[in-house]
Amino acid sequence: MPTDWIFGALGGLMIGAAGAIFLLVNGRIMGASGILGGLIDRSGWSNGVERAAFVAALIAVPFVIVTLGGGAESHLSGNLWVVAIAGLLVGVGTRLAGGCTSGHGVCGISRLTLRGIGATVIYILAGAVVMGLARHVWGII
Amino acid sequence: MRILFAAIAGGLFGTGLLVSGMTDTTKVQGWLDIFGAWDPTLAFVMGGAIIPMALAWWATTRRAAPVLGGSFPTRPPQVIDRGLIVGSTLFGAGWALAGLCPGPALASLGWTGGGGLVFLAAMGLGMVAAPSVRSRMVAVSSN
Repeated sequence: MPTDWIFGALGGLMIGAAGAIFLLVNGRIMGASGILGGLIDRSGWSNGVERAAFVAALIAVPFVIVTLGGGAESHLSGNLWVVAIAGLLVGVGTRLAGGCTSGHGVCGISRLTLRGIGATVIYILAGAVVMGLARHVWGII
Repeated sequence: MRILFAAIAGGLFGTGLLVSGMTDTTKVQGWLDIFGAWDPTLAFVMGGAIIPMALAWWATTRRAAPVLGGSFPTRPPQVIDRGLIVGSTLFGAGWALAGLCPGPALASLGWTGGGGLVFLAAMGLGMVAAPSVRSRMVAVSSN
């Protein structure tokens, strides 16, 4: 178990370093929902190529590592209704809130913003409640 | 150059998500499962990510502009509004159900198969629908 924590912290440092590069070199906040959302709803097409490059590398680099280095586990639910509803909630929710785990969580908390900290507290609490209900009461996940 | 560094950031972000275990939905769901077998790994990921990011925010106060020009992002008005509360609640619910948030959903797209594509398509649909949900929320609150 502590091995997971060490890899967690190590991967976390890489995530933070990626956010630091995007901020200090490109002058932009590394929020996955914002970068992708701006491409999907066209609101970010003025710097669309930059966004597309970020997304393409975000998909391709882990794929190459996993392909060369052996399998990765995702354990994504096989219940496509649950997966689809989850995706819908994540899409609407992150755009209404103006950020997700990377934008509000990593970039917001490290800047000590009220919205970043507030959003993170709310989505973790809501997630824990839904997890408790969905797994231990309804038994759907 | 902007495109190159965007790709470097995206690739490093994805590698970090993979190394940290955040592309494994059981790790994320384990973090939220405080009534079951709780897994604290996500706290180590967050802690690890916040350190370089906090240094970067500090560095923005020592530099006039980003390396490739333009300007640093301004600090938006810090209000906890209805959109933030409702949005974060919906996001947290979906995050728990699938164990995926937008970053890991993209990073694991190469091996999540049809399920990953269903999640991505639904998430895109939700993102497109968000402005009309927002305007309905405003209409309800002003009545």
